[in-house]
Amino acid sequence: MSNSREVCDVGISAKGGVSVKHRGGMYAGVIVALVALASAIALAIDTRFLYMLVYVWFGVVYGLLLQYGRFCMASAVRDLFAVGVPRMAVGVMIAVALYSLTAAAVTLGGFSTFHAHPLGWHIIIGGIIFGFGIIFTGGCASSSLYKSGEGNIGSMLVLVSISFSQAIFVSSEWFSGLVPDSWTQSALEKGMPEELEITSTWFDQFMAGYIWDLQGGTVAEMMGREGTFFGIFVGNALLGAILPTLAILVFLYIVAYRKGYMRRSKIESPSFGDHMRGIWSMFTTSKNTALAGLGIGIFAGLQMWSTGALREYYEIFNFGEMLEDMGHTTGISIQGTVFDPGYWYITTQEAQWGGWVLNKLGFENMNNIFFGLENGLPSPLLNAPGMMSIGIILGAAVLANINREFKWKMPSMETAMFALIGGALMGIGARVGMGCNVGAFFAAVTNGDLTGWIFLFGMAVGGYLGVKAFTWWIEWRASRNDDEFAL
Amino acid sequence: MAMKFEKSGDGAYMLNVTGYTCPHPQMYTKKALQKIESGSVLTLVFDNPSSGESIISMCESEGNDLYERSDEGGTFTWKIRKG
Repeated sequence: MSNSREVCDVGISAKGGVSVKHRGGMYAGVIVALVALASAIALAIDTRFLYMLVYVWFGVVYGLLLQYGRFCMASAVRDLFAVGVPRMAVGVMIAVALYSLTAAAVTLGGFSTFHAHPLGWHIIIGGIIFGFGIIFTGGCASSSLYKSGEGNIGSMLVLVSISFSQAIFVSSEWFSGLVPDSWTQSALEKGMPEELEITSTWFDQFMAGYIWDLQGGTVAEMMGREGTFFGIFVGNALLGAILPTLAILVFLYIVAYRKGYMRRSKIESPSFGDHMRGIWSMFTTSKNTALAGLGIGIFAGLQMWSTGALREYYEIFNFGEMLEDMGHTTGISIQGTVFDPGYWYITTQEAQWGGWVLNKLGFENMNNIFFGLENGLPSPLLNAPGMMSIGIILGAAVLANINREFKWKMPSMETAMFALIGGALMGIGARVGMGCNVGAFFAAVTNGDLTGWIFLFGMAVGGYLGVKAFTWWIEWRASRNDDEFAL
Repeated sequence: MAMKFEKSGDGAYMLNVTGYTCPHPQMYTKKALQKIESGSVLTLVFDNPSSGESIISMCESEGNDLYERSDEGGTFTWKIRKG
């Protein structure tokens, strides 16, 4: 009774529904065939689309792994506080430890595209806003993608909300009155091109006047041992990821698992060995998530390597150059770039989807740093990381169909409302914190960037406050209902 | 669809949270289990697969017996006997 795959087996044998299972497999096959056909068409148009197809197919693999492990940072934070279940938090922590080793191998191999994030107050503030939002959406940035692949319309609404909230947040002048003078001065001193109108929005001045003045670095860099085996494996992986992970796992065992385990095992005065067995039992209940994390680590490494090799082959630094060469010049930044991280990333491409739609509706949003200088606004069909996100949704849909877990799920009004509000908070939190649970936490800590732990702390605080607010909401709703069965 | 919790027989209760994503199903299940008497059976209907994982762990740690599980086209019907 340890994982949901057994649940499916029970269902299949109980119903004798082999034919239903077969149909799920058929849908899965159709999805894979359609992705293959679309890939073939893209290559027939121009073989250089291979660069984008690497994103697509790695996305499909990430989708399979995320759905397999039900990899959800929202669940990790929320279930701990809301229902006292540490399962996902444990799985994510084990995944961090395993991923840090593959990330270290990638860095040592010299094909890492990771850059440490600048250290500042924005990380914890962004984490709190993001953490508060994920309680209401029912999923983090990555799980909203895989749940969309399970047919969850509410999760699709979350994606829409994350996309538009970010796009509006980075390009609107709404909060520009809140910018400190020091940010404006510092932004002006950067001497940016005039077409960027750098002092008009809050986000531009936050970037140029605050973020760009901050410093950051991995543990290896702080030790002055970057590029060495010692710096990468001992500094980044062991000190930066594995030891903090072990400390958190011991904490989770003590506060959320020990008591229930000892009661189930009928142990009254546990020995050291009993505790070790308890910790192992806690690990095994999170096996799927941990395996998914290991798989994602390996494939993220392979993706960095593949993208790096293709950049060398095509002699480009960024996909924007290739797009321009192909004649697709619309939506490229003034530096000739588009968003092209070369590895697992979630929120920035969603911001581009929202920004692209707004741009087509007539909003001028290429005059800011986020779109105009850094990430561009390519058409969704030419947005390589965006295609990776589509790949994640499709990959999750493949496995959900095979496992008979796919179902079109219309959200209740309450779920839909929470999806939109929570999604907007996630979008804003991700931009303030410079990433989501993947970019600002997972990809950071596994590469020896300690700012990721600060983001996690912020996310946990936001998650705790979110659970309090959510509990208050459902109790308030129940109190309005005079029924003895109100929950 | 709105959440539905009702008594379906002697010592038997039904909780339907289809259409809800995390965290509603697991939070409502926890509240429903708190409300019913020890030994009673809660039939839980939901369609958010990942909530199932949390509910399994919750039952394990709180000593409730999840003794029957079935799945029809992505809708899960589980029976839990309160410990």
